[in-house]
Order: sequence, then C-alpha cells, then structure tokens
Amino acid sequence: MKPIGKHSLLGASGEISDFQEILRYLDELILYDNMWDDGNSLGPKEVHNYLTRVMYNRRNKFNPLWNSLVLGGVKKGQKYLGTVSMIGVNFEDNHVATGFGNHLARPILRQEWHENLSFEDGVRLLEKCMRVLLYRDRSAVNKLQIAKITEVGVTISQPYSLKTYWEFSAFENPAQGA
Amino acid sequence: MEAVKQGSAAIGLRSKTHVVLGCVNKANSELSSHQKKIFKVDDHIGVAIAGLTADGRVLSRYMRNECINYNFTYESPLPVGRLVVQLADKAQVCTQRSWKRPYGVGLLVAGLDESGAHLYYNCPSGNYFEYQAFAIGSRSQAAKTYLERRFENFADSSRDDLVKDALMAIRETLQGETLKSSICTVAVVGVGEPFHILDQETVQQIINAFEIVGEQEGPAAEPDAAAGQEAAAEQGGSTDEGVAPMDI
Repeated sequence: MKPIGKHSLLGASGEISDFQEILRYLDELILYDNMWDDGNSLGPKEVHNYLTRVMYNRRNKFNPLWNSLVLGGVKKGQKYLGTVSMIGVNFEDNHVATGFGNHLARPILRQEWHENLSFEDGVRLLEKCMRVLLYRDRSAVNKLQIAKITEVGVTISQPYSLKTYWEFSAFENPAQGA
Repeated sequence: MEAVKQGSAAIGLRSKTHVVLGCVNKANSELSSHQKKIFKVDDHIGVAIAGLTADGRVLSRYMRNECINYNFTYESPLPVGRLVVQLADKAQVCTQRSWKRPYGVGLLVAGLDESGAHLYYNCPSGNYFEYQAFAIGSRSQAAKTYLERRFENFADSSRDDLVKDALMAIRETLQGETLKSSICTVAVVGVGEPFHILDQETVQQIINAFEIVGEQEGPAAEPDAAAGQEAAAEQGGSTDEGVAPMDI
C-alpha cells in the first residue's frame, strides 16, 4: 500500500514488481501535477481513472500488469473507493476486495457494512474479513496493515498479526469427512 | 496584436460563481451571416475570440481536443488554468520559429474550476493574464472603461446582473448604435450551469428590460452605469497605471 499525492492511497495484490512499476508511473503523474503549482490537484477519482486506462491499455497489448488495485481517497469531503483489475475492469463501490477477498470477504462486508461505521468498527470489520481469509486462503500470512485516509492525509499502521485459534476440531483432522 | 485590435469587440466578466462572455457580431453585409466568435470548448469552458477567426477556430479545436483527452484519462474536467498555459505555450512557439507566424487572434477563455470561476486572456504573443473583467477588439476601450468603474462589484454579482453588465459593456463599444440581440452574442458558464450561448430571444428580453430602466434614469445616469468591468491595459497605450502588465 502506498499513499498517492495528497488525497489517495493505492493498495495492490499480485505481482509486486508490476506494482512497483505502477508506483513509478504514478510518481511521474503526481510530479507533473505538482509542477503545475496551480491549486488544482489530482484526486482519487482522477488517479483511479488514470490507472484504469493504463491497465486496460496494457491488457490490449497482451502485456498486462499482473495486479489487482484498490484505490481509496478523500477529496473535498468526497469519499472514493474503487478498484481496477489486471484486465482493466474498474468500478467504484463501498467495499472492494482483490483475489480471494472477493469470494470470502465481500459477503461479510455486504452483510455488515453500513454508511455510519466508525473507524474502530471499520477496522474490526476488516479484521474479521482478514481472519477468515487467513484461515481459508492457503497463500495468506498473518501480517497485516491498516491504512486510514481522511481529508487531512494518509496514515498506515505498523504491521501486526491477528489472534487465531487453531484448536477447532475440524482443523484437527481435516480429512475426516472426506 | 494588431489583428486582435482590428477584430470586432469581445468582452468577458466574472463573479465568484459565473463567467459571462459577450461579443459584437457584425455581419459584413446584410446578405451574409454573422461570424461565430464564441465557442464552447467543454461543459465548463468557453472561449470568445477577436481577430483572425480562422486562427481562432483552429485554437478552439485544439482546446476541445485537450479537454476531451483529459476527461477521457482522468474522468474529470480539465482545470482552466492548465488549458490556458498549454494554449499560451502553443502560441509562444509560433513567435520563436522563423518559419511560423503568430496566431492572429486574442482569446478570452472563461471557465470553471475547483478553485472557482476564471477569466483569462490569451494573446498572440503567448502571454496570458487572469482578469476580473476584460474587453478586446476594436473600440474595446470604451467597454474597458465601463468595466473598470464597475468591476469591484462583480465578485458578488448575481448571474443576471452579470449578463446585464456584459450587455451594457457591449453597448459601450457600439458607439451610439442601438443594441439589438441580432448584433451581439452572450454566453454564460457557472456553477451548476454548463457553458451555453444564450439564444437571441432571451438576450433581447434582457436588453429590453434594462433599456427601459436606462431611459427612466435619464442619459446622465448612463456614464455611471457604464463602468467597464474589464481590466484594462491589455492593449498598448492604456491610461491605467500598471493595472495589468503591458502586452507588448
């Protein structure tokens, strides 16, 4: 995850080297934006659209950037959350996820998300989703960071782990019912 | 710059939330049609030109392209300030290459931005300035004087007052001819109002409304009412002292 400009945060899953490449594109974009020095700045919607264009064009050339991107931000009080996949599918929603998160986390979010979540409640909800993913996604590790974006700016927490419980009887002999 | 001074007048003025452009559209003869001098560049940007209309058309096409490209990539309207700088840089190139000639047209760019309403003047030299109000073209000095007297009030003017002031400034350039909607064009852009050119009927109604008022006030009141909004000193030989840098 990386903050982009003054208003947004980008998170990615997939190929890390491609993510680093994307960060370089965005660095250049933000640099030129700052060089104008005219009081206008690229907000999350603009960055999201720019990334969509990049991803889609790469897919058209059969040379995709192998990432699923999540972009969130706040500008002038407007909150924005969007996602772009490696083939250029993009949309905005109140909750987005990449990879297994789409299958495991979004149903939880659909049930439990509502407009007026406080930050702490939001973190708890996310941790719930991450815990499910930790148990069920074989490629997950128990280390996560939470990023908070507000009008003021972006803060990313230090990495931390979730408490897990592995003594469930189903875990003890997983092949039992097979 | 000379070409701009010879073209028929165009004026622009702005408040915090709206910008109004107006121009005098004199047809060459009764048989011919008027020349189009106000162009819509995007929903939030419009331009009025004075000078070589052909050059103006080419530049409008360039501006429209830039706006569309930006919108496609960023799904967001191009900030006017940036468009104006790109336009100015384009004009500057023509002043430095020996095989090119400068664009013989002055552009009054009116647009809306995150930071509010803006009015810019782009001249053939590649300079651009931001104005509260301005007039270019032949006999624009009269309009400028009118605007200068009034411009301090524009920031808080309502949209309708702004349009009225624009028409009155246009009237100043006509030197006694009657103001009719058939010889002028007015366009407005504002918060919640995309750029559009007002149709003749609406303009005529507004003219009728204030002509009546003007008659009641008497001719003595007219000079006061005619305070130009446009910042002067665009053209050389202006009587203001350092209101805006000279464009020479």
